[in-house]
Amino acid sequence: MTQTSSSTQMYSEIILDYYRHPRNFGTISKPDASSHEVNPLCGDEVTVQLKIKGGKVEKIKFNGKGCAISQASTSMLCEHIEGKKLEEVVKMSKEEALELLGINLSPMRLKCALLGFKAAKLAAFKYLGVNEK
Amino acid sequence: MAKNVNNNYNYKSDFPILNQKIRGKPLVYLDSASTSQKPANVIASEKEFYEHYNANIHRGVHYLSEKATQMYEDAREKTAKFVEAKSEEIVFVRGATEGINLIAATFGEQNVKSGDTILITEMEHHSNLVPWQQLAARKKAKLEFVEINTDGTLNLNDAAAKLEKQPAIFSFTHVSNVLGTINPVEKLTKMAKKRGVSVVLDAAQSAPHLPLNFATIGADFAAFSGHKMLSPTGIGAVYGKREHLENMPPYQTGGHMIKTVTKQTATWNDVPWKFEAGTSNIAGAVGLGAAIEYLEKIGMKKVERYNAELVSYCLEELQKLPFVTIYGPLENRCGVVSFNVGDMHSHDVSSILDEEGIAIRSGHHCCQPLMETLGVTATCRASFHIYNTMEDVDKLVNGLKKCKKVFKL
Repeated sequence: MTQTSSSTQMYSEIILDYYRHPRNFGTISKPDASSHEVNPLCGDEVTVQLKIKGGKVEKIKFNGKGCAISQASTSMLCEHIEGKKLEEVVKMSKEEALELLGINLSPMRLKCALLGFKAAKLAAFKYLGVNEK
Repeated sequence: MAKNVNNNYNYKSDFPILNQKIRGKPLVYLDSASTSQKPANVIASEKEFYEHYNANIHRGVHYLSEKATQMYEDAREKTAKFVEAKSEEIVFVRGATEGINLIAATFGEQNVKSGDTILITEMEHHSNLVPWQQLAARKKAKLEFVEINTDGTLNLNDAAAKLEKQPAIFSFTHVSNVLGTINPVEKLTKMAKKRGVSVVLDAAQSAPHLPLNFATIGADFAAFSGHKMLSPTGIGAVYGKREHLENMPPYQTGGHMIKTVTKQTATWNDVPWKFEAGTSNIAGAVGLGAAIEYLEKIGMKKVERYNAELVSYCLEELQKLPFVTIYGPLENRCGVVSFNVGDMHSHDVSSILDEEGIAIRSGHHCCQPLMETLGVTATCRASFHIYNTMEDVDKLVNGLKKCKKVFKL
């Protein structure tokens, strides 16, 4: 038998709460940076929008459709990123993002968990790319 | 509790892969509409081919080449008989996707003109949508969709109205891979033919479960995959009326498909070989032949009946769960049951079922436009074949009850 997380662990109270009541969910009318990511395997999608002030993430919102893992992880990530320096965001590692979730995932589900992370990081990169030229 | 309907014979034991535990639980495989499992005789046929008969076909004059050619062509004959067609009307391809691409790139390329319409339906798999969409873009033609009714059946009035406008091609699925709807193929083909419209049938989901008679259906073309009907992957067939195959340009060019080649010109081989460039999946074709033998030994009528019993038992049991939403018609359906569980995403359902050793499919099932019509982003789908039992359905139901508990629905 392979070691996997049990569903009660995977779908903890915290994750279900973030799924049903996502923090930082919504849109920013005039974002300074944004990125839309799709998982072509399952059709999950997420858009992350940033408002930047003084090199910091002043505001971050996300919207999208997907499984509990992708939605909860994006929500947790947004909470984590808000207020951080852009440089910290682009340096953030996958492991750091997964730590927020605090569960073990199979390779297929890792893609769900990292969808929002990918979007947020790309948005930050895009912003730095445009504004440092 | 499940009743035993299958004449006391459990086909599960014919499928070696099903005799294993997944995550400590006996495997319950409910993803056959994606790809079916393979019986021992099919696996043995490929092994036997490679151990005793492997050689390239058609050109060799040595013993093995002749033997391999004979086995390959025998498989074609079996496939033709399986769908009541003639051997020369069966072209081996990788699967239904390649089949529809072949038809679009040859017959479609030749017969669709600028300003024409290509008609498909809202319930098509991407494989019977994107090839036509791309052909329409190349030809500056229009792609139109026959609508579906709220119960998941095809809107026949809409089909009649859109056929009235004489599209160049009408391509539709026999059985929906999401809704399970069995479309009235003979009726639709007749409606199209009355208007002089060419008909392409996607038989990927019907060939595994229903007795097929392409001669009676009357479509100009059809395509199906072997791997959904117990055969190995990488083999399938296109059926085409002989006169079309004769008049169509080749799909790919190169070896095998030529008659003569000079430095500047080439002439084409006879049908169906004109469409089989390069070395085919010979062992795969032999495997397809073995799968057909297996299915015919049971009898397609019985395969159809058993599948219908499984599907209606599943529908019955799922209807008892108030937190489950079922998609598609409640009768006259085949192969699959699509559903959603409360506010759960299908991936979360699938993850929880996976812990119980239950394999279902989740997501958009290569039918994004249909998901849009249904107003969902994804569904769960349980699909069945001859090796499934009523007990598998009971296990699915228990798994769904666990989902309810974990997600506190």
